[in-house]
Amino acid sequence: MTADPVDIALFAAKLGAVFFAVLTLAAYLVFAERRILAWIQDRKGPNRVGPFGLLQPLADVIKLLTKEDLVPAAADRWLFYLAPAMAAIPALLIFSVIPFGAPLTIAGHTLPLLIADLNVGLLFFLALSSIAVYGVAIGGWASNSKYSLLGGIRGLAQLISYELSMGLALVPVVMMSRSFSMTDIVTAQQSMPFIVYQPLAFIIFLISITAECRRIPFDLPEAEGELVAGFHTEYSGMRFGLFFVGEYINIIVLGGLAATFFLGGWHGPLLPPVIWFSIKTLAFAFLMIWLRGTLPRLRYDQLMHLGWKILTPLALFNILVTAWLLFLTS
Amino acid sequence: METLFFAIITLVAVVSAILVITCKNPINSALSLILTFFCLATYYVMLDAPFMAAVQVMVYAGAIMVLIVFVIMLLNVRVDAHKKQTHKVALGCIIGLFTLINTAFLIFKSRAAMPMGPYNGSIIKQIGHTELIGKEMFTTFLLPFEITSILLLVAIIGAVILAKKKI
Amino acid sequence: MDMITIPAVNLTPILPEIILSVLAMALLLINVFVQSSKKTYLSYISFIGVVGTAVLVGSGWGTHIESFSGAVVQDNFATFFKMIFLLAAGLAILIADQYMEREDCNHGELYPLILFTVVGMMLMAAGTDLMTIFLGLEVMSVSLYVLAGFNRANTKSNEAGLKYFLLGAFSTGFLLYGMALTYGATGSTRISVIATQAGQMGMSSGNILFLAGMLLILTGFCFKIAVVPFHMWTPDVYEGAPTPMTAFMSAGPKAAGFAAALRLLLIAFPTLQADWSQLLWVLAVLTMTVGNITALRQDNIKRILAYSSIAHAGYALVGMAAGNSTGTAGILFYMLSYTFMNIGAFAVIILVGKKGESNGNVQDFAGLGFKHPMLAVAMTIFLFSLSGMPPTAGFIGKFYLFSGAIQKGYIWLAVIGVLNSAASVYYYLRVMVYMYMKDPTEDFAWTKVSAPIALCLVLSVAGTMVLGIVPSIILQYAQEAIKLI
Repeated sequence: MTADPVDIALFAAKLGAVFFAVLTLAAYLVFAERRILAWIQDRKGPNRVGPFGLLQPLADVIKLLTKEDLVPAAADRWLFYLAPAMAAIPALLIFSVIPFGAPLTIAGHTLPLLIADLNVGLLFFLALSSIAVYGVAIGGWASNSKYSLLGGIRGLAQLISYELSMGLALVPVVMMSRSFSMTDIVTAQQSMPFIVYQPLAFIIFLISITAECRRIPFDLPEAEGELVAGFHTEYSGMRFGLFFVGEYINIIVLGGLAATFFLGGWHGPLLPPVIWFSIKTLAFAFLMIWLRGTLPRLRYDQLMHLGWKILTPLALFNILVTAWLLFLTS
Repeated sequence: METLFFAIITLVAVVSAILVITCKNPINSALSLILTFFCLATYYVMLDAPFMAAVQVMVYAGAIMVLIVFVIMLLNVRVDAHKKQTHKVALGCIIGLFTLINTAFLIFKSRAAMPMGPYNGSIIKQIGHTELIGKEMFTTFLLPFEITSILLLVAIIGAVILAKKKI
Repeated sequence: MDMITIPAVNLTPILPEIILSVLAMALLLINVFVQSSKKTYLSYISFIGVVGTAVLVGSGWGTHIESFSGAVVQDNFATFFKMIFLLAAGLAILIADQYMEREDCNHGELYPLILFTVVGMMLMAAGTDLMTIFLGLEVMSVSLYVLAGFNRANTKSNEAGLKYFLLGAFSTGFLLYGMALTYGATGSTRISVIATQAGQMGMSSGNILFLAGMLLILTGFCFKIAVVPFHMWTPDVYEGAPTPMTAFMSAGPKAAGFAAALRLLLIAFPTLQADWSQLLWVLAVLTMTVGNITALRQDNIKRILAYSSIAHAGYALVGMAAGNSTGTAGILFYMLSYTFMNIGAFAVIILVGKKGESNGNVQDFAGLGFKHPMLAVAMTIFLFSLSGMPPTAGFIGKFYLFSGAIQKGYIWLAVIGVLNSAASVYYYLRVMVYMYMKDPTEDFAWTKVSAPIALCLVLSVAGTMVLGIVPSIILQYAQEAIKLI
């Protein structure tokens, strides 16, 4: 395989830029969450470090890095080290298939604005998101503490349940775009985003990915009221930070996916594609924070009931209806 | 390049497969098995079968292994405490060795001329792997595909009968 | 975007399967609305369904229809075996109700599961594609795992279900591996294409993929039909499973295993006949001998019949090793006779047994001949037939199996088979000795012959005797059935 050095350089630059952007965004999302929550709850929030507290994420990172890295005596050491990475890496990898802008042309080289244009991009996402569970589960197991274990088990059960309805909610998208490729899915929404045709699938997808991020009202794996901090109770220092960052990367990635699947990706009037994509993604992130400020946590049986008895049948029904409509209109 | 990559993946696959059966801790075994499945998925990618690769990760590494890990965690099996059965191990080794020698002998002395199927790499690349699988599934293998639904129904009935508290 | 054109599908070959599946699903729904004391009605409905399907299957005799682009076929071979499965299921349904009532596990799901098992077995017999055969086998096996563990309150039944499941799943791995290798060697899962490819490319034992594929497939089937050395699960599963289900799984699935194995070996692997024939020779001897010798030492009647069932698989393997028309027709005939005599014997065991699976030892049959002479006579006929004495069906079946071996030149195999039959007489006779020559220790007051069981006994006795006295009426069908192969 011979590749043009310019192509390689462009690709490397793209990779670096995306990596940097996602990580920075994740760090600032933590800050944004704290400020917005404070605003919702009529508090001030972090505002001391730098102007408006904008340097707070930096201070947080320094704090986490300099803290003592504790490993409980009874823990399974290797797994304990491995788990935070297992939580963060799949999320980062998923971002590689999300098209975040229209292809650019730089000096005669076309640069598609996504890392890897897989023709099974959607399946790649589903596969990796099912892997992402292991971070939580292994973290909970390796700590060898009852709260962690309970958190880990809850995380597993919850993610299996919602994985299903999430996958099923995406089937109509595939049926309408007739492709697993993310680029094709975005192209198919050129005239009209799928949310117009598939409001039900969008809602199911939204609920499911909220559960996938383990955010309120689905944050049972870490329910602080009953499990201290769930699966990451025993973690400290940067390992805890990695779990934390992983969660926020997840929010960005899933926001990007919601935008790609239902909101038309980078399509939009007037503004440049990348800006449109960012707006849609950040709107999703804001929604997540808003939900956290508004909703109470579900009880465990309510969570299972919602997943298995409401969302999954609805998603199946939606697929049937979509199939019929596509059949009749074709 | 591709051969080197294949060699590395194979090495990881074999080592992790051995770890599956030698690890004392069931969770470690399960994680090794997940690694093996990843290696298999890599093989599928190398064989121009991205759909199979994705499904391999999604179904095996994602769904089935998650359930296995779930059960291990729910029962909180730490390190298994089974007795050593040296004579059985010895017997197994002898049978395994015999089979290995036999197989090696057969492989070296035989030839495996194989007919080529209707789909080769270039056709798969041109039409698309996922499309081809879908087409085959709903034309040539329509009946097996439908039987699968009966199989799943039976499995669900069985699970309910055997596991539900009150029926 | 071009549309996929789904090929024209002829539903006739799988109409029986469709009817049974739909009936099973309907029964599942009906079951929800039926009080637990009235589950007997479900058994009536399913019995009528089985009889109706049998009529439909029978009317397809003599036709040859391929469908689903060669994934399934309706031919005489499939029809003959489908009749055996329906017979086994019908008889099992007849004896199930009373037993399940007694053991307090008369859950309505039993009957749908039996019907699904039949669907799986039918697909195995009618499948002409490795995928169809494999999925049929899985439908059958999964239903059987559940049926074996159906008596949830009984730990032995739980053990049977679990053991059967673990070893069954293990054996499925072999089968699937073999199918994958065969596919790799020939590039197709269609049996006919495998045969032509193997013929054209001259694939025989020199082709390692092809040979290994055949061997692994054979191993998989040997697990299912309980051939030594893959028989370890049989006694425990047969003993622990609810008795009607033991009866069913000793007759139906065994026949299904033979059906699929015959079709595969004779159509897909004729170029390897020299190899599998010799292999089956050894397996047949081992199976017969181990089965019979171990049965001599057993006291529990269900275990005796389990080992005897292993031995009978060995007799049938004699016919398969021969691989000629007499031998294979003999298998078909033998499977039918075995269904009659074995389920009949289990029906008597159900009547003699007490709640909680007790009273199932040979000693508990003491004096049955004085208290319930008719039952004892029926049991005697079944045991005579199982041991292969004239004028019963078992004798004729063995006669054809062994003469097939002799025609093929396997004189020693036939001799070993006959010797084994002679040895087996001991443990069958032992039951008869207890029935007629020991004084009754119990009054057998609990033994009440309900109408369905009576019907089952009458049918079984009639079948065993008619097949023994005028075998030609069935034998000509059996010979007709194997002509296509």
